Amino acid sequence: MAGDTIPRRGFLVGVGLAGTAAAAGVAASSPASAEVPAPNQSSATEGAAAPGNREPEPLLALNEAEHAFIVAAVDTIIPADDLSPSGSECGVATFIDRQLASAWGGGAKMYRSGPFLRGKPEQGYQLALTPREFFLAGIAATNDWTRKTYGKDFDRLPASERIAALTALEEGKADLGHVSARQFFNALLTITMEGFFADPIYGGNRNMASWKMLGFPGLPATYANVIDQYRDKPYTAAPQSIADFS
Amino acid sequence: MTTKLPEVDVVVVGVGWTGSILARELTKAGLRVVGLERGPRRTPGEDFTVPSIRDDLKYAVRQELFQDTQMETMSLRHARSETALPVRRLGAFLPGTGLGGAGAHWNGVTWRLLPTDHKLRTHLSERYGAQAIPDDMTITDYPVSYDELEPYYDRFEKLCGVSGKAGNLRGKIIDGGNVFEGPRQAEYPNPPLEQSVAGATFETAVKSLGYHPFPAPSSNASRVYTNPEGLTMGACIYCGHCERFGCESNAKASPGVSILPALLSDDKFELRCNAYVKDLVHDKTARKVKSVRYVDTRSGEDYEQPASLVILGAYVFTNNLLLLYSGIGEPYDPVTGKGSVGKNYCYQVGAAGVTVFFEDKEVNPFMASGAHGIMIDDFNGDNFDHGGLGFFGGAWIQAGPTNGRPILSRPVPAGTPRWGRDWKRATAKWYNHAFNIGGSCCNYAHRENYLDLDPTYRDALGRPLIRMTYNFKENDYRVAEYVTAVLGRIGRAMNPTLINTPAYRRGNFSAIPYQSTHNTGGTILGTDPKESVVNRYLQAWDADNLFIVGASVFPQNQSYNPTGTVGALAYWAADAITKQYMKSPGPLVHA
Ligand SMILES: Cc1cc2nc3c(=O)[nH]c(=O)nc-3n(C[C@H](O)[C@H](O)[C@H](O)COP(=O)(O)OP(=O)(O)OC[C@H]3O[C@@H](n4cnc5c(N)ncnc54)[C@H](O)[C@@H]3O)c2cc1C
Repeated sequence: MAGDTIPRRGFLVGVGLAGTAAAAGVAASSPASAEVPAPNQSSATEGAAAPGNREPEPLLALNEAEHAFIVAAVDTIIPADDLSPSGSECGVATFIDRQLASAWGGGAKMYRSGPFLRGKPEQGYQLALTPREFFLAGIAATNDWTRKTYGKDFDRLPASERIAALTALEEGKADLGHVSARQFFNALLTITMEGFFADPIYGGNRNMASWKMLGFPGLPATYANVIDQYRDKPYTAAPQSIADFS
Repeated sequence: MTTKLPEVDVVVVGVGWTGSILARELTKAGLRVVGLERGPRRTPGEDFTVPSIRDDLKYAVRQELFQDTQMETMSLRHARSETALPVRRLGAFLPGTGLGGAGAHWNGVTWRLLPTDHKLRTHLSERYGAQAIPDDMTITDYPVSYDELEPYYDRFEKLCGVSGKAGNLRGKIIDGGNVFEGPRQAEYPNPPLEQSVAGATFETAVKSLGYHPFPAPSSNASRVYTNPEGLTMGACIYCGHCERFGCESNAKASPGVSILPALLSDDKFELRCNAYVKDLVHDKTARKVKSVRYVDTRSGEDYEQPASLVILGAYVFTNNLLLLYSGIGEPYDPVTGKGSVGKNYCYQVGAAGVTVFFEDKEVNPFMASGAHGIMIDDFNGDNFDHGGLGFFGGAWIQAGPTNGRPILSRPVPAGTPRWGRDWKRATAKWYNHAFNIGGSCCNYAHRENYLDLDPTYRDALGRPLIRMTYNFKENDYRVAEYVTAVLGRIGRAMNPTLINTPAYRRGNFSAIPYQSTHNTGGTILGTDPKESVVNRYLQAWDADNLFIVGASVFPQNQSYNPTGTVGALAYWAADAITKQYMKSPGPLVHA
């Protein structure tokens, strides 16, 4: 891989904080570093993965380079700011790794008989690849393209170039060869949002950071006694996860 | 090797809404009934429990309860000139599997058709002239009138404990209910659900425009309710996890809550789950179905189950497939217009939803039931004058969120980027301050939209997939454009801080985004065996001991969600079987 010398996981663990802050376009001393929670964020960042002191999660589907790509991507899609920690700080990269290792990642509930023909977009996904295979192909193709375009793998790019690279993918302007840039970007965006907003039991949305950001109370979701009382009034309840009831 | 089993009185294929109703009515009439269900046995008490049932990723996104496309899916092409490709992952619609079928994870919006929907072709011809109906619009009348079906609508509503407000009680028009509905013999079994600020805002706006709002008719019970089966529903807790989920408070009517506990305790009924039905054995000369063949997916063993009476309640796709596999009826040919199996396949057309944003309103979208909100019917069916409009039909229109589950529901103003800093700001800012106004448009049958067998792709049992040749047509686009304009008018009348009014885009039907699981047609009702598959009692013209229940018998699709009509027709067919057919088995209608 492009003759990298710094092992990626060490790189992430050691200087991830600064890297993330840079990706977010905020100074490293901003509230994003979880030292001074913003007023509306009283607990969103409390205990949120301060990258320096959380052990890397074991990887199930991705190799280290692929994981580094995903961390960089989810931190660009969900930058840290006063509203929430970054995507990877919220565990979204862990979520994606686990999803790709799950039955879904292996193509469960997906019709996989050929012939595999190129269809019209409205006919939906028509490739033989499982989600896991598709993501790995997309990551490799994007890194090939960023090396050609910027001289580096995606995760080694500064924040501004990561944003530019993802924008080129989103707009279909990056030529990823056999992989459709738009299709890969959309898959990446979708799974990132799933990880950020799903129940934390899947490894993302740590400390329910996204739910706190929205004001979504999570579970147990029993509102018969309050729907009337809170009509058109803010309902503030500390969110709870499935894990809090298990 | 196929094991031939001893004959039973009745085999019911599929144990969802319709299969459960028929099995219950026929066992009550003294018959021995076997239910064959392809999916697993699930019960609300064991499988739909808190906290696990509130898993948005598992149920809403990864589609835990829906048909497994690795076993079976459908292929899609937009026109006969194209090659159909398989729908590899479900998207546009989500057929159910397992005990209770899609009835376990529906939303519960429970409608009756308009009296004019029941006689659509006649009504439109009388009002606008027969020549106003385009040649390729193959709509017909239901051979069952609203008045005939009314007692059965009432029965299904009582089974489900529907919460709502009548707009027409025995001819008396009642403000605050749906004033366009046909006369009903009784008020809804339960009062309407609590409303959200979104519903209230919509209500004020549509009233100011002179329209007629009413609360959504909802099979989510507004209070504890015991149905005529003696089964008790809980009161809805507004958990916002309805559609795509099972209900842990038993407040959403479903086969598992509303019928199965009674049916399963009757020893005249035998349930066989993991029983994947492959085909029917048809005796063409005797015009009877002799048996049903299935594979037990736990052992791989094949079985043949003979029966005197066979009920197909296996949802639109399987109902059609089993006829096509078994050579029952003549497959529809769009070139000649001959044949009827697969004919008049319809769906529904979404208008472009309008989203309104209010800086000063707290919507709390997560406090919601599945069939929530306020609706209007002023632009549905033929409730408004279509003279000079260039299309027929319309949509019911609704506002009031049914959930605030954030993986799939995060409204942002138009122009917001899809990711990054500004996306996050807008998402956090508007999550609790926005809601949609939506409309689901009718889909009138078209000569070129139909179902048949795919020539290339096969399912896990080696059978051809069902192939949909389907696209939206001119009438559909015009209805959607018209309704979209109405949605925009209503949205602006609310004076929101911001409004997204996307223009309706005339695109192809897409298999990707969810639209509705309101597929209809292919085994349609009619008066002429050449033009239809079943007679007015849902009895197959080509096998008098075969009854086909479900939306596959709709001659065209109305704007309304189908299940109220599906349930009513199921009771209507059950009555025809127990009161007429059992006395003298044979064709109930002589064509
Ligand atoms: C997410 C969602 C939301 C919905 N919301 C609404 C709503 O708000 N209002 C409304 O009116 N409708 C709604 N519907 C539609 C509603 O669920 C259906 O109209 C209703 O369930 C149809 O009843 P049915 O008996 O025809 O099919 P189902 O209830 O689906 O039952 C069919 C059964 O047949 C079984 N089966 C199929 N093939 C075979 C085979 N080969 N062998 C053995 N068994 C087989 C299936 O596994 C299934 O259990 C919704 C559907 C979905 C998926």
